[in-house]
Amino acid sequence: MSESLPLAAAERELARPSREKPGPLEYMRQWPLRIIVGATLLFLYLPLITLMIFSFNDSRRNIVWQGFTLKYYEKALANDSLIQAFVNSLTIAFFCTIISVILGALAAVMLWRFRFPGKTAIEGGLALPIVVPEICMGVAMLVFFARVVPWPVGLPWPLNLGAITIAHISFAFPFVATVVRARLSSFNRELEEAAKDLGASEWRTFWDVLVPHMQPGLIAGALLAFTLSLDDFVITFFTAGPDTITFPVKVYSMLRFSVTPEVNAASTILIIVTVVLTAIGLQMQGAPGREKKA
Amino acid sequence: MEQTWRQARAAFAAIAIPPIAWLLLFFLIPLGVIWAYSFGENVGPISIDFTGTFANYGRALEPLYLGIFWKSLIIAGLTTLLCLLIGFPVALAIAFASPRAKAWLLLLIMLPFWTNLLIRTFALIAVLREQGYVNFALEWLWNNASGFMALVGLQPLGDYEPLTLLYNNTAVVIGLVYVHLPFMVLPLYSALDRMDRSLMEASLDLGAGHLRTIWAVVVPLAAPGIASGVLITFIPALGAYLTPDLLGGTDSQMIANVIERQFKRANDWPFGAALSFLLMYLTFIAIAAQALVQRRSERRGR
Repeated sequence: MSESLPLAAAERELARPSREKPGPLEYMRQWPLRIIVGATLLFLYLPLITLMIFSFNDSRRNIVWQGFTLKYYEKALANDSLIQAFVNSLTIAFFCTIISVILGALAAVMLWRFRFPGKTAIEGGLALPIVVPEICMGVAMLVFFARVVPWPVGLPWPLNLGAITIAHISFAFPFVATVVRARLSSFNRELEEAAKDLGASEWRTFWDVLVPHMQPGLIAGALLAFTLSLDDFVITFFTAGPDTITFPVKVYSMLRFSVTPEVNAASTILIIVTVVLTAIGLQMQGAPGREKKA
Repeated sequence: MEQTWRQARAAFAAIAIPPIAWLLLFFLIPLGVIWAYSFGENVGPISIDFTGTFANYGRALEPLYLGIFWKSLIIAGLTTLLCLLIGFPVALAIAFASPRAKAWLLLLIMLPFWTNLLIRTFALIAVLREQGYVNFALEWLWNNASGFMALVGLQPLGDYEPLTLLYNNTAVVIGLVYVHLPFMVLPLYSALDRMDRSLMEASLDLGAGHLRTIWAVVVPLAAPGIASGVLITFIPALGAYLTPDLLGGTDSQMIANVIERQFKRANDWPFGAALSFLLMYLTFIAIAAQALVQRRSERRGR
């Protein structure tokens, strides 16, 4: 009898629904932290949500709700230079993603696979674009494309976007390299040796053994490169010419001119594009990992 | 085991040459050109002589520009501190939330980070301006309070004066915190998530309160995460261009705005180049300081 008492108490303790009283380390269930988290999320989201809601507001002054309208979307979609800027941004991001993934993967494999003189210096050099302030890189690109290697003016689209694309690749591929290298650290080198022992060529080993292992890292890196390129304002601002405006640069000049609901509408479209792309990317990234666990 | 490059020269060349060549040609050479310009002199409207002068750096150390550097450091420091004060409890709450809530909260913190910086800044303008929602909410409260006072027979408060929340230094700090908060929360979260929880339980069992446990146990254990969060918030805040440009007033110029002006309007490239390199050196000093903290906490850990 006396033995079962504490046991029963312990059982009751365990069976107690977790709703009653938060455990000592369940910080998320304590009210001061709940308030802080809630206020932070409100701070992060309120401006974006009001921006999106008021892009449907039928009022020029953009303050009080006057009724639902899509006219600012029509205006934004009829604004040729805005559409051109949007297409430019997507084109740049597309090419930037492809080349950054290739270069980033090569850089990651190089650092992971080989020992060579000057490796530390190369590693440091690859980290530089990540840490150097954007403004410094922007002015460096401005000078480079204005004086050292002038990008020809008047090239047909999309070649006229080359300078911006090159600048974007320069800051995006080191991020891809970091992500892919983290993924490679979990690779069992013996697999590569086994493939070679079994007669696979260097190229075949790389393509059939290493690349499939890198795949989640490559997808994550591609997603990162795409958003970095689509998001970039400062470096583009310094490399863009009058006929090579990207979406952020266009929105910036619209903002300088006046704050119109049209900008709200255009921004809402971009937010939705980014969120959808990110969701697709996360889904693709999550899929192989889940397979492996199952 | 890593291979030496000699074992597979052809493969090494095929793998190493493209990224190294790209880095050299499209990153290091442009930076090198800027570095060379910082020792040059304007001799004509578009020609620059590389005279090896230190005059540009001398000019950057004049009180006017030194003041702007100092101000940028203060604003970036204040931003980092506020991000840390807000981000730490948020990261703590996420780290100790249930797995489901954790995934959602992390997604919610990261989502704004994927939204365009310009759009986020623009959204903040709409909230903070005199005809914005913050002032609207305050005006509504003010008028209701005023009406209530009239109701109970007191003097009404009078007309509401909208607060000037934009185009000043406060707006710049609010904007920078708004933009950089996810940078702080994520490294803090990963440090807190990896921490050995039994140490916290031991501290609580032995009678320390929550605040004391956090201060004496959690903060030292999470020091490397705090240091890296501080670094990756401080560096972009120090070099911020867009936020002070859009939210700041005439006196909230940060160093990046001065650099931009040298390259675009003032057309004094050598001076702008010198300022850029000073900003870069400050960044490197911040990185070195972080590495020092990291190494010291690792040594203590052993």
